[in-house]
Amino acid sequence: MRRSKSYRISFVVLFIALVLSLLLNISLGSVSIPFPTVLRAIFKGSIENESWLYIITDYRIPKAITAILVGSGLAVSGLLMQTLFRNPLAGPFVLGISSGASLGAALLLMGASLFSGLVIYGLASSIALALAASLGSFLVLLVVILVANYVRDTMALLIIGLMFGSITSALVGVLAYFSDAEQLQRFIFWSFGSVGNLSWPQISILLGITVIGFLIALFLVKYLNAYLLGENYAKSLGVPLKRSRLWIIIAAGLLAGGVTAFAGPIAFVGLAVPHLTRQIFDTTEHRVLLPAVMLYGAILMLLCDTLAQLPSATIVLPINAITSIVGAPVVIWLLVRKRKLIF
Amino acid sequence: MKDQFLSVEKLAVGYGKTTIVKNIQFGLNEGELCGVVGINGIGKSTLLRTLARLQPKLQGEISIRQNKLTALSSQELAKNISVVLTDPIATRNLTVLELIALGRQPYTNWMGRLNANDVTKINECLQLFQIEALKGKKCYELSDGQLQRVLIARAMAQDTPIIMLDEPTTHLDLYHKVHIVKLLKDLAHDFGKTILFTSHEIELAIQLCDKILILDGAENPFGTTAELIDKGSFTRLFPHEVVQFDPNSGTFKISK
Repeated sequence: MRRSKSYRISFVVLFIALVLSLLLNISLGSVSIPFPTVLRAIFKGSIENESWLYIITDYRIPKAITAILVGSGLAVSGLLMQTLFRNPLAGPFVLGISSGASLGAALLLMGASLFSGLVIYGLASSIALALAASLGSFLVLLVVILVANYVRDTMALLIIGLMFGSITSALVGVLAYFSDAEQLQRFIFWSFGSVGNLSWPQISILLGITVIGFLIALFLVKYLNAYLLGENYAKSLGVPLKRSRLWIIIAAGLLAGGVTAFAGPIAFVGLAVPHLTRQIFDTTEHRVLLPAVMLYGAILMLLCDTLAQLPSATIVLPINAITSIVGAPVVIWLLVRKRKLIF
Repeated sequence: MKDQFLSVEKLAVGYGKTTIVKNIQFGLNEGELCGVVGINGIGKSTLLRTLARLQPKLQGEISIRQNKLTALSSQELAKNISVVLTDPIATRNLTVLELIALGRQPYTNWMGRLNANDVTKINECLQLFQIEALKGKKCYELSDGQLQRVLIARAMAQDTPIIMLDEPTTHLDLYHKVHIVKLLKDLAHDFGKTILFTSHEIELAIQLCDKILILDGAENPFGTTAELIDKGSFTRLFPHEVVQFDPNSGTFKISK
């Protein structure tokens, strides 16, 4: 009934593309390792060169898994927000969740100048940074959920979320103004985004958060489809509006917050991947869109990360810049080719 | 009125502390088509949204088969009342088939997967409304008249005993207006649906509806066309010096 056969073929192609981009991502890097050796390291777990094995298992594979989680998490979060707000410009960060994470990170990295003595420099390790960013995004998410309970109008909630974002960004600005160059630089590096600094325990936390987010999103699929008609129609179809809206926010918040906490505020993926997917699949059915955006998000992130480390043997470009430089022209090309926005 | 299929007792509707219209009282049987008419801003849409429980009532009682509307779960409600609203559908990128299939949501599993019975119902609706040729088209490709038919087909696919429609004839030419109201009449009479719609087309309602509810902000008279003409309800609807009602022809004329 719903072109299920052609969807199946598309999913098989996407899955193969994911595996290929994963292999490509692990194979390429500043140290050149022959492809058969990489394959042996992945599938057998042992190769002659110890340092190569270390690079592959302790650096490249964790980085690739992080890229997959970050890409798919942001893409699903963006899809949820675009459907909830029925706004093509909505992304995972419209509710101020990323700004909350930024504020948390900024307080840790630059707060020392404001509250001298309170913040110990040693704390600014990557785990403390993830914790501070998580706390920031979680607090903003909590406030948004509380507000969502009171505000009936979803569009008003969107504006309130944007206002939260403005307030937290402004606070970050104030912190930045009073910070010294070194602190500011550390914060700016965090805000560039990175998928490369996560340890296995951190990855398992991120995995846990994203899996919970995906599962909630999966249980919301039926309601998300009803939201396509608007809130009143959704209600007349038996959708519990208040409860479903809350769960959509929780899922989107967990995904965006978790990703931002561990990988920094990565732009573009959450906004653009749902559009990219709708244009290519030509559908608004969430049972198709949800797995599709996960795959596209993961592939895009893996490819961008591969590009980010390619240009030079030693320098790795900020992932945030690459996602936009690579992704935006693709979306523009799709829109120009189809001459309309499928939303 | 209490023993009727849909009964409304001393209902007041509005927003928050603002009452828009009160003292609404009527009852409808299965298979009856009822038009809700009245001047602009009197509260027709607010009444319809309240009856469909899209917004809370201020006072009074609404019952379906003598069960209070407020006691129904959202799932039960979705299996009893379907609506066609004036709200534009949020995503016009849906195909006609996808839109009508959404009408089956109250019956599908947690994933929204359609079973054989759902597919049969959807196909029946496509045939009944003669829109099979449109099923692959996107909603933005449809004309206003076609979209209205598709939205009514979606409500029909929801398979509820009651269908409520807010201004279903707005933006349509006379031919399509008549066509839509006749279609509603057929659904009521041939399929036993209880249908209630708001409209500015009083003359159309007079000619085609089984019952009419006139919202006048005071008595809100209800009855068959003949009963309401006898009571002089249409005559009092508009200021006499502007518009006059001719009880013999059932039409309105502009005063000279």
